[in-house]
Amino acid sequence: MNNPQLDTDGQLRHLLSIEGLPKRILNQILDTAESFVGVAEREVKKVPLLRGKTVCNLFFENSTRTRTTFEIAAKRLSADVISLNVSTSSQSKGETILDTVDNLIAMHADMFVVRHAQSGAAHLIAKHVPPHIHVINAGDGRHSHPTQGLLDVFTIRKYKPELHNLRVAIVGDVLHSRVARSEIHALTTLGVPEVRVIAPKTLLPAQVEKLGVHVYHDMDAGLKDVDVIMMLRLQNERMNGAMLPSSEEYFKTYGLTQERLALAKPDAIVMHPGPMNRGVEIDSTVADGKQSVILPQVTYGIAIRMAVMAILGGGAGATL
Amino acid sequence: MTDANNTLDNSQLPDAEQLLHILATKLKPLLKPNTALVGIHSGGVWIMQRLLVLLDDVIQLHQIEHGTLDVSFYRDDYTQRGLKAENRPSQIPFDVENKHIILIDDVFYTGRTTRAAMNELFDYGRPASITLIALINRGGRELPIAPQIIAADLPLDISQRLQLTQLANGSLALDLTPQHNSARQ
Repeated sequence: MNNPQLDTDGQLRHLLSIEGLPKRILNQILDTAESFVGVAEREVKKVPLLRGKTVCNLFFENSTRTRTTFEIAAKRLSADVISLNVSTSSQSKGETILDTVDNLIAMHADMFVVRHAQSGAAHLIAKHVPPHIHVINAGDGRHSHPTQGLLDVFTIRKYKPELHNLRVAIVGDVLHSRVARSEIHALTTLGVPEVRVIAPKTLLPAQVEKLGVHVYHDMDAGLKDVDVIMMLRLQNERMNGAMLPSSEEYFKTYGLTQERLALAKPDAIVMHPGPMNRGVEIDSTVADGKQSVILPQVTYGIAIRMAVMAILGGGAGATL
Repeated sequence: MTDANNTLDNSQLPDAEQLLHILATKLKPLLKPNTALVGIHSGGVWIMQRLLVLLDDVIQLHQIEHGTLDVSFYRDDYTQRGLKAENRPSQIPFDVENKHIILIDDVFYTGRTTRAAMNELFDYGRPASITLIALINRGGRELPIAPQIIAADLPLDISQRLQLTQLANGSLALDLTPQHNSARQ
């Protein structure tokens, strides 16, 4: 079995990255999320699927939004949720990741949601845990953030159901962005014909074209006639050394303003994974404008995370 | 639980279209103001869509609303069998609180789908009452739940699976296949 994310029947066992997942699984997650969207609008915003199960949020790196949405998602599935901010607990006393995990397994945890600054942390845990325990990657280093990629394509599908006709632009710090990588894999797997990345050379990984994207360094040219604009956060905290002259300079060249937005299709949607740097990568009038779907992204993020946990948490042979 | 040792073949099945008309006739007196119809995916929804047409005059008269349930998130075999790959959003576009709900299923069997549907309905609000109607009662119930209205009783052996299908022209038909695993809903 080469792909640790799938079991021998080809069903999802862990969600570690979008890379390596077949279109069938991506669609299963997206379609299931569709059913969960309505749950949040009911009198009782809960379903009993994970009743009696314990979900552990293991956050070795801070992320309030991601942790909160995973927590809400697990609670809406009726799971018991423990959120550990490991950066401030045993790890600082010298315990290894796997020791932390083993201790939580001894407390009968059923599922781990893992966020770590090091690429591959979730893989490491997935390889280590016994078969009945599932691992979800909530972001590892520069590598992957699969639920963000999934919620982004889910949001696109909600507004632009014809994925086969879309032109999507991803703008900004692709180099440091695990979100961008997950988005690109999700979009190309689902058959979006044209994915563009728009960034200065210093913020693009080497050989980014190999991911199947079209590269633009000029934002005006890159935005022309696109249906979807996915802005990325300028990751100040991940930047060592001066890759950019200044954030003001960056905004002048790569910031999304109303004028630039007008270059895209008139009904183009604007997305951002958050947290936003207003006035650095995106202008406030755009972020709050009528083409922005930034807050719906957050709402749909809960449905996507519920779908992933519900698919993972069920018994084997979940097919029909 | 009593499973009738009663193995049939497809030629012995009643005509689903005839059953549908019987069901419509029996359902009609129950349709009053403050009643709402809820079909359970998939068969129950197909039946409901047909009933909406057949009983259009009464439904218009009393302004009877309708919705659909997919009980995937409430099934009791989730921990054994997981989530069905194919599930659809439940849609209840009216206030369940104090409504008289008519729950519609195609084939009544163990009662487990009904239990799941009732649990889900209560997450939308507290209905005044729930009435269960089904096209066929095939016997074999495992819970203290039974349909109040059916079009036909058709005791079937446990080895057989009875399914409602929708043909390309929208009409309904019954289909018998061998039960290939222990899943009973």
